Amino acid sequence: MSQTATVSRAGVIEVLRQRAYKIRRHALRMGEVQGQGYVGQALGIADVLAVSYFHALKLDPKNPDWEGRDRFLLSIGHYAIALYAALIEAGVISEEEIEDYGSDDSILPMSGMADYTPGMEITGGSLGHGLGIGVGMALGLKRKESTSRIFNLLSDGELNEGSTWEAVASAAHWKLDNLIAIVDVNDQQADDRSSTVLNYEPIADKWVAFGWETYRVDGNDLEALVEAFDSALASDSNKPRVIICDTLMGRGVPFLEERDKNHFIRVDENEWSVALKQLDEVYGVQ
Amino acid sequence: MSAKKKLKTSAMIASIAGEDQPTTAAPFGHALVEAAGKNPKIVGMTADLGKYTDLHIFAQAYPDRYYQMGMAEQLLMMAGAGMAREGFIPFVTTYSVFASRRAYDFICLAIAEEKLNVKIVSALPGLTTGYGPSHQATEDIAIFRGMPNLTIIDPCDAVDIEQSVQAMVDFDGPVYLRLLRGKVPRVLDRFEGYQFEIGKAKRLLDGEDALIISSGLMTMRAIEAADELREKGTNVAVLHCATIKPLDTDTILAEVRRYPERPVFVAENHSIIGGLGESIASLLMKEGVSVKFNQIGLPDEFLDAGALPTLHDRYGISTKEVIKTLKQHVA
Ligand SMILES: Cc1ncc(C[n+]2csc(CCOP(=O)(O)OP(=O)(O)O)c2C)c(N)n1
Ligand SMILES: [Mg+2]
Repeated sequence: MSQTATVSRAGVIEVLRQRAYKIRRHALRMGEVQGQGYVGQALGIADVLAVSYFHALKLDPKNPDWEGRDRFLLSIGHYAIALYAALIEAGVISEEEIEDYGSDDSILPMSGMADYTPGMEITGGSLGHGLGIGVGMALGLKRKESTSRIFNLLSDGELNEGSTWEAVASAAHWKLDNLIAIVDVNDQQADDRSSTVLNYEPIADKWVAFGWETYRVDGNDLEALVEAFDSALASDSNKPRVIICDTLMGRGVPFLEERDKNHFIRVDENEWSVALKQLDEVYGVQ
Repeated sequence: MSAKKKLKTSAMIASIAGEDQPTTAAPFGHALVEAAGKNPKIVGMTADLGKYTDLHIFAQAYPDRYYQMGMAEQLLMMAGAGMAREGFIPFVTTYSVFASRRAYDFICLAIAEEKLNVKIVSALPGLTTGYGPSHQATEDIAIFRGMPNLTIIDPCDAVDIEQSVQAMVDFDGPVYLRLLRGKVPRVLDRFEGYQFEIGKAKRLLDGEDALIISSGLMTMRAIEAADELREKGTNVAVLHCATIKPLDTDTILAEVRRYPERPVFVAENHSIIGGLGESIASLLMKEGVSVKFNQIGLPDEFLDAGALPTLHDRYGISTKEVIKTLKQHVA
């Protein structure tokens, strides 16, 4: 019997909770190095990344280009700080790189790019590319008769782009059951709340109407996430899957959770240490 | 780990201003508010980058004339075309990369082909962010120069931007302007009587040893370089060519011919492919003008991420590097 089969559900969640804590911590430390960064987003998406990297994805940390891996596409280049944190926690990137985050010639540039960082599959940043690339990769995997899957993390802002919806239609048309979209609905874009910039609700209804197997969960609830990922991966339908995750920017650091929401959450110079301390307290680490 | 402290990537809102340089905050936003007070047809439209293109100043002054179109650049251009068809003067804003790369077809057919009165104002032209190729519009002029009917403006500073807003309102037709936003240096008010005019190049400094023809922020660099070289006895002229298209061929030819022995440098915050440099080179060739000719511009590469000062040095467009290039070619 495999070891994981004997681990209780509560045990699984507790392990993921620790991973999410560490992801948040790595991200805050990178933010502290630069004195800036998209830490609000990173704190918000940490639980989703913990479930992705430590529950759902097939990967070999020592060989990030392993042909048999699941591919995780980050189209939102500005979320790189969050993915770096997950890749560090997964052992793909060395923790020492944190000290160089965003500095000249660092392998961790502020916006995620494929040729800088191991484990970064695509160059993001021009928003609305990821899902379309995902369609092509999912078609390619099927052509190769591979059992690997494509995950694409996209933002609620990316739902504004026409290119995203071209890909949504195409994936359903091609019955890409090996493609899993994860949408971070943090209700935030560059200028304002997403609902104010361009209201996309009801989001789930739109994906359903386009022919996707659709889940919508609290993206900061590990149990709900695990259930959604498990169902999405176990399902034998021939539809592509989408897991829509409602998240809270700044999650895990109380004073940031309460701060006025903004595309760039404000963190003053003296607040980084406070943020780390509050995070430790929330997770009961002294 | 190296002891030397590495420079950090400048934020998206990085200013290109030097440390004690005089600056103006959000010159575009304030100038547009002023113009809108005189002309009720002006409206502002953006693709989720109002705050990042200084259009938020306009939005605060005229909330009912401000259209947040969402992060949808193709729609932004089509909707701008529609507004213009109904007689309004839309100022549409996004980043230069997204205007030029993503929205090209929509600008070309929906706007330029019909000569519609849409003003496309885009931030982060050339190398003005350290975020890497996704945000560095190193080839936007090359992309747009081939589009018939489109006027292209590359302002130097806050003075140019303020004056160009009114000039764009007075001009009937599509315009693409490369915006400097945030805290923008004020450079040109040192030149008495300077006035931005669409389609006109302006001589700012005279000198018989070398001629720099420049646009955008490179005019600021050219002036700084000329000031420094003058102290050492080398006299460099600067011709500021803020309109890239249509090119002010008469002024450029006259200026080049004034001192036929003078080496010519074209300096631009853009790839050496398809920009002002090639535009002037082909003009000189066609007119049979033979001069020593050099380009100061970005290499034909996807550029690095990093701190802006590091990158401006690395790619040869900092004042220091401009001076180096000039010295190599001027006796
Ligand atoms: C095609 C494109 N248009 C505009 C931008 C500029 N931009 C960067 S992030 C952003 C907001 C997008 O929304 P979202 O990803 O939901 O933002 P967040 O939740 O991080 O605030 C915008 C407009 C971009 N990177 N790409
Ligand atoms: Mg968002």
